[in-house]
Amino acid sequence: MAAILKGIVATSVLSSSSDFVPKGVQLPSLKSLPVSERKGGFLVDGSDAKVVPVSNARARSAGRLVAANAVAAEKSAASTASKTGGHELLLFEALREGLEEEMDRDPRVCVMGEDVGHYGGSYKVTKGLAKKYGDLRVLDTPIAENSFTGMAVGAAMTGLRPIVEGMNMGFLLLAFNQISNNCGMLHYTSGGQFKIPIVIRGPGGVGRQLGAEHSQRLESYFQSIPGIQMVACSTPYNAKGLMKAAIRSENPVILFEHVLLYNLKERIPDEEYVLSLEEAEMVRPGEHVTILTYSRMRYHVMQAAKTLVNKGYDPEVIDIRSLKPFDLYTIGNSVKKTHRVLIVEECMRTGGIGASLTAAINENFHDYLDAPVVCLSSQDVPTPYAGTLEEWTVVQPAQIVTAVEQLCR
Amino acid sequence: MSSAFPAMKILQPLSTTRSPEKPLFDLLKSPSSFLGSASKLRFNAQKPSPSSSYSSSCHRPSTIVAVSDVVKEKKTLKSNSSLSNLLITKEEGLELYEDMVLGRAFEDMCAQMYYRGKMFGFVHLYNGQEAVSTGFIKLLKQEDYVCSTYRDHVHALSKGVPARAVMSELFGKTTGCCRGQGGSMHMFSKEHNLLGGFAFIGEGIPVATGAAFTSKYRREVLKEAGCDSVTLAFFGDGTCNNGQFFECLNMAALWKLPIVFVVENNLWAIGMSHLRATSDPEIWKKGPAFGMPGVHVDGMDVLKVREVAKEAIARARRGEGPTLVECETYRFRGHSLADPDELRDPGELLNFVILVYFVFPFL
Repeated sequence: MAAILKGIVATSVLSSSSDFVPKGVQLPSLKSLPVSERKGGFLVDGSDAKVVPVSNARARSAGRLVAANAVAAEKSAASTASKTGGHELLLFEALREGLEEEMDRDPRVCVMGEDVGHYGGSYKVTKGLAKKYGDLRVLDTPIAENSFTGMAVGAAMTGLRPIVEGMNMGFLLLAFNQISNNCGMLHYTSGGQFKIPIVIRGPGGVGRQLGAEHSQRLESYFQSIPGIQMVACSTPYNAKGLMKAAIRSENPVILFEHVLLYNLKERIPDEEYVLSLEEAEMVRPGEHVTILTYSRMRYHVMQAAKTLVNKGYDPEVIDIRSLKPFDLYTIGNSVKKTHRVLIVEECMRTGGIGASLTAAINENFHDYLDAPVVCLSSQDVPTPYAGTLEEWTVVQPAQIVTAVEQLCR
Repeated sequence: MSSAFPAMKILQPLSTTRSPEKPLFDLLKSPSSFLGSASKLRFNAQKPSPSSSYSSSCHRPSTIVAVSDVVKEKKTLKSNSSLSNLLITKEEGLELYEDMVLGRAFEDMCAQMYYRGKMFGFVHLYNGQEAVSTGFIKLLKQEDYVCSTYRDHVHALSKGVPARAVMSELFGKTTGCCRGQGGSMHMFSKEHNLLGGFAFIGEGIPVATGAAFTSKYRREVLKEAGCDSVTLAFFGDGTCNNGQFFECLNMAALWKLPIVFVVENNLWAIGMSHLRATSDPEIWKKGPAFGMPGVHVDGMDVLKVREVAKEAIARARRGEGPTLVECETYRFRGHSLADPDELRDPGELLNFVILVYFVFPFL
């Protein structure tokens, strides 16, 4: 019987002495399994951490375990971790830890961006790194996003592994030329000759009265660019894991962080771990409705989930994490179980991630739906400065509760 | 060091080995009848020639540096002495000649195929500009990088990409250098370190800056002592009004990256004359503004280009930083094969043809 498996979905070698995995359980690295064999998912039921096979799951080969992620498991994992150690830190520190570990591991990894060096990054993600690695490895660039992003592309083509920090994701609009044409397309137009192992990261999303231009959600603009991968982190645990995975990936990856989540605190394992870039995270298993979300909205959803549980609903919450490509495997299994989908995102209504996800679900799982997919997104307006107005442009927990109630009628 | 002081100091001779009496780039030399000078070439200008307005206001430090005179003198000097003092040896001469003829023949064949309906899309030909490609790229090593624009066929050929691979690419075949996926405007070669081939102008300059950054990183962070790769970034006059150009000049000079910015100034950006688009058309002057030497050279003479290129590349290899080289050249065909090329005065082309074929040989 499998124990808590959260977070040990690692692409690196798993030590059998890990306290998270009981003896005798074989945990293959997900990457080693061909996709067709990842049939059947195991969801960890939150209440007593029992492994519950998913109903409607297709035939699965006996004895194979596909690790599922669960925040409910996280509680037990956390308690196990506290027995073994683990350490508490804030999300921006987790990002820095991941970054530092990768920079130690591979001398070709370097950081470029405005104020990443001496200043330590606008949100302190690179604090102390310039002192440790030098000014060339943690490069303070002039204010020229398009050019230094292009420079990172050129460096990636010629052997380095740069990480570009956009001081605010919105500034990367200036780098759209390089991100779209070069990051995304060069691998293809060069006939596969050149790889672009670049990571582009930065804080985005609606903050606390930052004004319209500093509150942009660029995932919707970048999602159509062919050739790039997009992930969004939401907890210190997945922030570190995704950062490491993105750096190790040979593809250009855009890592979306959120301005309001940098000070989240969580206990993360001491052991090294790397998460999969293409996987969604099961935050709370449930039966009645599938709520798909990412980044900051995860917390609004979990807040709404508390209210919903009190009202007698059992929502299943999935943090999709991978914005491009979608983890339709996890999402599909969930849809097949609950038959109702609610998407909660911070993107604008028009052309956002939710819009693409709705289309993907309708295309692939139409027969399993008992109700139309409902998508809650931000209003199609520039984010106002006034706090009360700003609140109204973003999805609030009360709206989520209402939507679930309507969906489950 | 030199960046703290204005243009006068920056335009000092690039090479310290050159004797002080005969510097290659000498500010104090009087304006020559160098054919690339602003006053002579811009007879098609629709606004007053910049040199006239400048000479009246007298704030320009000097005119175009007289590379031709010095090179001429070197040639005459050297022809009097022993063979070993020639500018180029016979073998080198033949190599340069072959490269330029290959470039011309290749481009002419592209035109033929295009007009016969066998090649499609946007094809930008390099006829007339061969001296720049040959003059610069033939001085490079395999590990040096070249970053080009959409007018990249001849850069690919000069860098060593087999003509067959380039032609196959233009026909969209899998045997092409990019498996037919890139096309005319995206010539890449990992083996020959050709970093493209870019469709949007200015896009390749940051990529070139990145390659130069890698070279510096390798030397200083990864401690690969032997790494002294130089990157050449080729682009046109139109690009010199683009933000990426200026941003990269800044970064390259700031970090002393081993890169040479080569401007192929053919006076036309499709149908937009350089003079109509640029407030100060003398592009070489923009180098000193960022703290790097700015050099102007006659891009129709391969030997002159080669002399300048030698200096600039050596400078970069020594770790002294970037150079901006403006090569005045001309494209004998339209912007692309789809360009009707109605705005250029045929006389302008004739002028170049006459100069190149009938005047230069006698200089």
